[in-house]
Amino acid sequence: MSKSNQVLEEITSKEYEHGWTVNLETDEAPKGLNEDIVRFISAKKNEPEWLLEWRLKAFRQWQKMVEPKWPNVTYPAINYQDIIYYSAPKQKVKPNSLSEVDPELIKTFEKLGISLTEQKRLTGVAVDAVIDSISVATTFKEKLSELGVIFCSFSEAVKEHPELIKKYLGSVVPMNDNYFAALNSAVFSDGSFCYIPKGVRCPMELSTYFRINAANTGQFERTLIVADEGSYVSYLEGCTAPMRDENQLHAAVVELYTMKGAEIKYSTVQNWYPGDKNGKGGIYNFVTKRGLCAGDHSKISWTQVETGSAITWKYPSCVLKGDYSVGEFYSVAVTNNYQQADTGTKMIHIGKNTRSRIVSKGISAGKSQNSYRGQVHVMKRATNARNHSQCDSLLMGDQCGAHTFPYIDVENNSARIEHEATTSKIGEDQIFYCLQRGIDEESAVALIVNGYAKEVLNQLPMEFAVEAQKLLALTLEGSVG
Amino acid sequence: MSTSIARDLTTEIIEAQPTFNVGTELRNEAWTQFKKLGLPGTKHEEYRFTPVTRHLEKKFNLSKSNPDSNLSSVADYLIPDLDANVVVLVNGRFNALLSKVVSLESEITITTLSEALLNNTVARAHFNKYVTNESDAFAVWNSAAWQEGVFIHVPENTSVNKPVFILQLNDASTEQVVTQTRILGVLEKGATVSVIEKSDSIGNEVVFHNFAEEWVIKEEAHLEYCKIQNDAGKICQVSNSVIHQTTSSKLNTFTLTLNGQLIRNNLHILIDGENCESHFYGLYLLNGNTLADNHTVVDHKKPNSFSNEMYKGVMDGNSKGVFNGKIFVRPHAQKTNAFQSNRNIIISDNATVNTKPQLEIWADDVKCSHGCTSGQLDEEALFYLRSRGISETNAKAMLLYAFAAEVLQPIQNETLKSYLDQLIADRLQKNF
Amino acid sequence: MNYRTMLSIKNLQAKIGEKQILNGIDLKVNAGEVHAIMGPNGSGKSTLASVLSGREEYEVSGGEVDFLGKDLLELSPEDRAREGIFMAFQYPVEIPGVSTINFMKTALNQIREYRGQQALDAVSFLQLMKEKMKLVEIDQSLLNRSLNEGFSGGEKKRNEIFQMAMLEPKLAILDETDSGLDIDALRIVANGVNKLRNKNNATIVVTHYQRLLDYIVPDYVHVLYKGKIVKSGTKELALELEAKGYDWIKSEVTVA
Repeated sequence: MSKSNQVLEEITSKEYEHGWTVNLETDEAPKGLNEDIVRFISAKKNEPEWLLEWRLKAFRQWQKMVEPKWPNVTYPAINYQDIIYYSAPKQKVKPNSLSEVDPELIKTFEKLGISLTEQKRLTGVAVDAVIDSISVATTFKEKLSELGVIFCSFSEAVKEHPELIKKYLGSVVPMNDNYFAALNSAVFSDGSFCYIPKGVRCPMELSTYFRINAANTGQFERTLIVADEGSYVSYLEGCTAPMRDENQLHAAVVELYTMKGAEIKYSTVQNWYPGDKNGKGGIYNFVTKRGLCAGDHSKISWTQVETGSAITWKYPSCVLKGDYSVGEFYSVAVTNNYQQADTGTKMIHIGKNTRSRIVSKGISAGKSQNSYRGQVHVMKRATNARNHSQCDSLLMGDQCGAHTFPYIDVENNSARIEHEATTSKIGEDQIFYCLQRGIDEESAVALIVNGYAKEVLNQLPMEFAVEAQKLLALTLEGSVG
Repeated sequence: MSTSIARDLTTEIIEAQPTFNVGTELRNEAWTQFKKLGLPGTKHEEYRFTPVTRHLEKKFNLSKSNPDSNLSSVADYLIPDLDANVVVLVNGRFNALLSKVVSLESEITITTLSEALLNNTVARAHFNKYVTNESDAFAVWNSAAWQEGVFIHVPENTSVNKPVFILQLNDASTEQVVTQTRILGVLEKGATVSVIEKSDSIGNEVVFHNFAEEWVIKEEAHLEYCKIQNDAGKICQVSNSVIHQTTSSKLNTFTLTLNGQLIRNNLHILIDGENCESHFYGLYLLNGNTLADNHTVVDHKKPNSFSNEMYKGVMDGNSKGVFNGKIFVRPHAQKTNAFQSNRNIIISDNATVNTKPQLEIWADDVKCSHGCTSGQLDEEALFYLRSRGISETNAKAMLLYAFAAEVLQPIQNETLKSYLDQLIADRLQKNF
Repeated sequence: MNYRTMLSIKNLQAKIGEKQILNGIDLKVNAGEVHAIMGPNGSGKSTLASVLSGREEYEVSGGEVDFLGKDLLELSPEDRAREGIFMAFQYPVEIPGVSTINFMKTALNQIREYRGQQALDAVSFLQLMKEKMKLVEIDQSLLNRSLNEGFSGGEKKRNEIFQMAMLEPKLAILDETDSGLDIDALRIVANGVNKLRNKNNATIVVTHYQRLLDYIVPDYVHVLYKGKIVKSGTKELALELEAKGYDWIKSEVTVA
């Protein structure tokens, strides 16, 4: 019960609270991108030859591709030669235990409220911490390995579990899937890997925490989660970045793979630096997230709370290949000031009796533009497919925009597809009602917005739900009155 | 590559352009723009599902002129018992013998567009102002190459008590027909008129009909508009309709698509005044290989207006239904209420539907919603009817009819309404 | 000023847009009293309630309002609430996704903070809530639901009285609380109000009908007409109005 109250108490005059930087010694690649840089990254990570070849192939494909122009966002052209593609906090040797990790790093994460020391851990959450491009620590590894759960950094997985990486890397998001996925495939530096063996219900939430620290650096991490038959895992992803005047590029890829009867629940609270009040700086967040329900009766559920980034381009999707598989997408996207978000999902129904559900809640304030873009595609053999989509927009002020672009393509006559969308604002009478009960205006707005987004927030694990509620309130600060 | 084909075809069209006596200057501007735009290939976002360009490329010789028609009666194509002003265009030419204006000259002006552009100041003031060079490539092509058209003008505070029936016939009994026709209608302040636009084709050769129209509804004026697309032949039609509404005006449109090979309707409504009310309804009942694509745009530019859109489709055979609806609420168009709904039923295994309802809102104090569905008939309702002794076939037909006929609701002219009702009933029962 | 005086309204005038609605209201409410404000439709009853609670659509064009020694008109709506004014709305709004419990906890703790009191912890809050629920005969399932969303007319009004019980205001203003209620709901609502009455608080009941006053017995009855209090008396005045109708007042005013 004290949850909401905490939220309200924390609404003070704070702006972006993770905007600090730390002076970590880093190991960087020179600016720019070419085959040598790709080789440099691969060599830095002591990668096997096949992975280098894979990267180079992706890079060559990327060179032939063009940046997508269809999203409803505008930004100055990105100079891909002006970005540092590899930056790692300098570590003399790979740490074997937390005591060997640079104390500055541990402090960095403690500042973020993420403790890497297991004694002070978040209850029941295992964390993989990624700073700039490199995974710095993974907690609870031993405990998880007793159950056969593999949870480690991507680089480690390449070394320890090459057969799994070889099999599943690119199996859901092909290297040439789109411009940013191809870029990521060429230069990804690290990320998290997770494998849940047959029949195992992962006993704790697995979490990756991303942090961009270095300047002029792009972050290109890659997450791969494989859930074997009948297994279950809930996965959390959080992210922050310092306040910097220049825009920074983040182009991640997340691949989820579920086999027969398996379920993955993937939650994101995205809080990259959104830029300042005048739209200066901020992260360009161009992310490809896709899940493949490969097996029958499998399920993938995406939940996202998007409050950060100057530009968001992101469509966590589900390919429902297995019969009776289920895809879900729950999203709250808040934009304020000059932020632009073009986000939504794709539900591709391939198998029979597949079901999908979309709940999207957009909130636009300030001078921001917030777009929902989603596709529901029922393929010819997807008999009895069902989809229900609800896309709501809330506008605060008359300087912002809310856009809804749903694509519904049905090739099977037994499908039942329903899409609804509404647009509304916070009613003056709702605010007055709160005021009359002694609640101040900022809190009233926070209360109403959290109520509006509740259906999505309810999908988040407890620890994240609190953080998400606070973020919503903070993001919208000063947007009313 | 479809884009290169499109470019070739565009050049071919431009090179084969005929000369016209009327509106040369505007036509030349349009040709320049058309060259720039080019015909949309299948990669074009707005024509993803509707390969008009490819169809033209495959089936038509665009440098050929149209054959003459020796049609002596249009009785088969009229709406029975409808007492109306009748304007007939055959193969892109005005046919005075088959046309008949019954309303008083003081009530309404109905002339050919080419005549109006020579001597009517109202026509000259409004022509080509709404179908602009920023429009769809087909509309721009029409601006350049329209062969003939109709001008309709209703003076201030006048209610025209007989509807205007515009019949566009394409007689392709001997060879292909390519027509480019155009309507300009201007309703002055407080004017009221009802317009029915129907296209039919004759014969078995291919027809391409590129049609564009502009309607101006001034203050407190009221337009009732009905479009009937029930061509028996192999028609490919692209229809661009732009309707401009000013303060306190009213608009009802109804678009019925039953037949044809490839039908594309672009309906663009500009709500450029306060307190306007617009209802637009559409129904596509498709079978065979028909592809019907309705693109609608409602652009709320001013506050305090209301728009309501409902399009429904029933797809049978190998047909394809495409719907794309945009609602724009511009900054400061506060207190706008805009609603949109698109409902589809797919009957056969090979029919498909692609729908994309879109909202783009830049004002906060508005009520906007859209909903779309695709599905089958309600099993519960079907069972209910069958349990009362109605055969499954009849029960389905009844439910489909009920689903479809809802969109006829706003039509005011009883003769027209019962005619449309019969068309729908025939279509839906024939199939079951 | 009398130490028992809670609310003192002097020559209050208010308008909405260009339309003058209140034309000089004088009213004094002491602790422990119940005042009924009656009047025909359009007489300004609800406007008076709105002006006292601080709705911004109304512009106060003259007069003063003193509430426990403070200039009420200077205070923001939330500060009025924190000072102890509670308005039971005629049309309580719906707030999707926000439960009554969460809403009340937020309100109560902000009010406590204003008064320099500690926030209630979860246990004490729950305890308080249970106690008040019983008092106004409201079910917890209703309080877990989104605020007023999908509530019946009776449920909404009962929820208003529950909130009043939770916040323990010094001055409660019930704006047409009887509208849309059947007789059972009316009785439950009135019982709640009566149980909350004590010598330290006061109530203003705004109503069109005498019916509610059978249950909430007023000490004083004022008749509002064309934005002025044209007649004041005791509860018998309400009965007289019931018998003779408002036309009687109208003709009397016209004669005068």
